[in-house]
Amino acid sequence: MNKLETALRDISEMDRLAVKGSPVHGLSPLAKLLVTVAYIIVTVSFSKYQLGGLLIMIIYPLVMFSVSGISIGTCLYKLRIVLPLVVFVGLFNPIFDKAPMFRIGGVVVSSGVVSMITLMLKGVFCLMASFLLIATTPMDSICAALRKLHVPSMLVTLLLLTYRYIGVLTQEAAVMSDAYALRAPGQKGIHISAWGSFTGQLLLRSMDRAEDLYASMQIRGYHGEFPYAKSSPFGAKDAVFTIVCIGVFVLLRFVDVATLVGNLFVR
Amino acid sequence: MHMADALLAPAVAGTMYVASAAVAGHSIHKLRKDDDAKKLPVMAVGAALVFAGQMINYTIPGTGSSGHLCGGMMLSALLGPQAGFLSMIVVLLIQCLFFADGGLLALGANVWNMAFYGCFVGYYLIWRPIMQGKLFGEGKGAQRGRIILSSILGCIITLQLGAFSVVLETSLSGITELPFGAFVALMQPIHLAIGLVEGLITAAVLCFVYESRPELLRDVKEETAGKAKLSLKSTIAVLAAVALVVGGGLSLLASSNPDGLEWALFGNAEEGYAENMGLNEEEFGISSSAAEKAGEIQESTSFLPDYAFPDSDSPAGTTVSGIVGAVIVAGVVSIVCLAGGFFRKRKA
Repeated sequence: MNKLETALRDISEMDRLAVKGSPVHGLSPLAKLLVTVAYIIVTVSFSKYQLGGLLIMIIYPLVMFSVSGISIGTCLYKLRIVLPLVVFVGLFNPIFDKAPMFRIGGVVVSSGVVSMITLMLKGVFCLMASFLLIATTPMDSICAALRKLHVPSMLVTLLLLTYRYIGVLTQEAAVMSDAYALRAPGQKGIHISAWGSFTGQLLLRSMDRAEDLYASMQIRGYHGEFPYAKSSPFGAKDAVFTIVCIGVFVLLRFVDVATLVGNLFVR
Repeated sequence: MHMADALLAPAVAGTMYVASAAVAGHSIHKLRKDDDAKKLPVMAVGAALVFAGQMINYTIPGTGSSGHLCGGMMLSALLGPQAGFLSMIVVLLIQCLFFADGGLLALGANVWNMAFYGCFVGYYLIWRPIMQGKLFGEGKGAQRGRIILSSILGCIITLQLGAFSVVLETSLSGITELPFGAFVALMQPIHLAIGLVEGLITAAVLCFVYESRPELLRDVKEETAGKAKLSLKSTIAVLAAVALVVGGGLSLLASSNPDGLEWALFGNAEEGYAENMGLNEEEFGISSSAAEKAGEIQESTSFLPDYAFPDSDSPAGTTVSGIVGAVIVAGVVSIVCLAGGFFRKRKA
């Protein structure tokens, strides 16, 4: 299976998850968007040595994964994309920062190791939060929430249209790649002689497609604003969810719950 | 080059969001003023094309690896910088949401590093001046030469700027212990090679568009007379030779001096000190209780602790070697292109 087909499968997998029914799916997209952004900000704001405080932040993704009924495995699979740069940057911390921090058994753990682990955990936690948002909220609901936040309609409509056309164009590019690969066995990618014409053909056809798309939008009465079929109001439960979540995040950020709990057991 | 949320401090991420939002606001304002309703579907399809196009692997001749298309440069050549910028924002947002490629909080920084440089710097400082100029003379072949030159230069320079911004943003966030100079020396050369390959692929695609539908490209004068003199293959051959010469020359230069990373790790024994971090900050300056108190207050209120570059005293030569490399390649490429145009004119 080529890369394009994997991407298509990923998108349809997310779409399939987003229409499932669960208490998390039922929340207003605006509430989920706000809570996700708050979670990410609080998570990255921990200093590089606050490993204990950061570890506690895992409770939000854990609770949300179990309530929404989405498997963590699907999310962890996506880590392969986000982790390389984070690992690259983090790997140097143990080399440059060798000050001993604490001791586990007979092994001295340096502050560089702690900051490396903190950095990687931040990467994983933020990914989980974004994944939960998109896996429990369909794209058009996210667009509706963005409109409620007064993101300009041009950008939101563009997002929606692009999202719809990514499927079509990726499918077309996948078919083209397969056809090319079948005619060029044993070749890894597109040969230099076809660099221009391969994507160029797709580009020209896409531009014609855009003309057709515009014509069909006009026929259906497009006048610069997209109506959103389902508007989900921001109700009392959404308000409670938002306030409780953000409150807990702020509490965990400023009160060192990890140490308080730890002190109960370690003397 | 997509940055994850973990690589940024909230203050840096916020600043980048504000900067990117300001550019997006300007773009939306400009497009609304032009009132070209037809553009929106074209932008959407263009963004979808970049998304799909970036997943196609192009084989790099002579190597086992493959390269990808540079979206920002291609979109701004087709749609203009403002529309290209908005399309790139959407591509980056979808990559971040669906593929975990880049983070939600880091979106502002990613938009700046990839879309702003690619679309605005690439268009206003590279694409438009070159396309409107008289470089290579008149005719279709000259036009094609200008497209190839501006695509390659555009991709190399915008990628260098982007990579440098990644280093700057990560260092300002106080995330990594990797010295600033060493980080730059690691990132810039890699992106020099990537920029060259992306530039060649983008040039190939834009040349194809120029041959079939020149009206789709911006700032391209339609010319019917003149036979194509500069083929893509010959240009690529010349550029490959240049890259080899420059690459070889630079690596010879580089190996005679230890680079930033080696220097930071092992110090420079010839200079008489074996350790790099031997300086004890606390022994310098005048100590007083007031100063200590002020220091404590500052520590507790500072927005970004450890804001300074971890290795600000590293030798400037090695620190900027990556950028110098980029400028040298860009310079040599322009000289070769200029010389090519000069000799062709002499021949004619």
